[in-house]
Amino acid sequence: MAYEVNGVTVETDEEGYIEDLSKWSKELAEIMAKEDDCELSEEHWEIINFLREYYEEFQIAPAVRVLTKQIGKRLGPEKGNSKYLYELFPYGPAKQACRYAGLPKPTGCV
Amino acid sequence: MSDEFEDDFPGEVKRFMFVNRKAPHGTIYALESLEVVLISAAFDQDVSLAFLDDGVFQLRKGQNANVLEMKNFAPTYRALEGYDIEKLYVERESLEERGMTTDDLVVPVEVVDRARMTALMAEQEVVMSF
Repeated sequence: MAYEVNGVTVETDEEGYIEDLSKWSKELAEIMAKEDDCELSEEHWEIINFLREYYEEFQIAPAVRVLTKQIGKRLGPEKGNSKYLYELFPYGPAKQACRYAGLPKPTGCV
Repeated sequence: MSDEFEDDFPGEVKRFMFVNRKAPHGTIYALESLEVVLISAAFDQDVSLAFLDDGVFQLRKGQNANVLEMKNFAPTYRALEGYDIEKLYVERESLEERGMTTDDLVVPVEVVDRARMTALMAEQEVVMSF
């Protein structure tokens, strides 16, 4: 599968994760979200931006449990819980949000 | 913090030690070990890591894996704390033989001598060697 964004072809694997992380753009995230009938709000971007920073620092996509805990630390307990994250990303916060963020599938995510 | 995921796996907690003996690149052992460690964190076990022989190089700062066309995964060891994996043991003799000190490492570790490392391994229920 592939996306066309601003004249750049972005290849994905069979699960829809992009293969070259450097080709990510905000427009790509929005196109992916639209396919899932999801409109990206500021709250979505908080999580996506967090994931990109996490990846930059640690070179992995966090497990969902780690994501939940870290979001709680950074954005407060009302956001650092599964209910909040699943409302934003009903396909699973790690899987769906990581995909929009241009990260690989989280390690240990089955 | 309570979270429904954490309550889904009641049961026995075992002591797991992952023993890392090989240099980070050139073979897949180090990266595979790290992946298994990250996965094991999901099961709420008592996990520790041991670094000995050339395995101490896995934690070395300033690795340039690009020239090998490999990913530099050394920063990922710093994520372990967030996975509640906080027991990282490094063998003193292995560090010294390679002219290294803890200042050369990307994460805080507990340096133990060879005899203590042997004792730690003996305390484990599961030891996996990479």
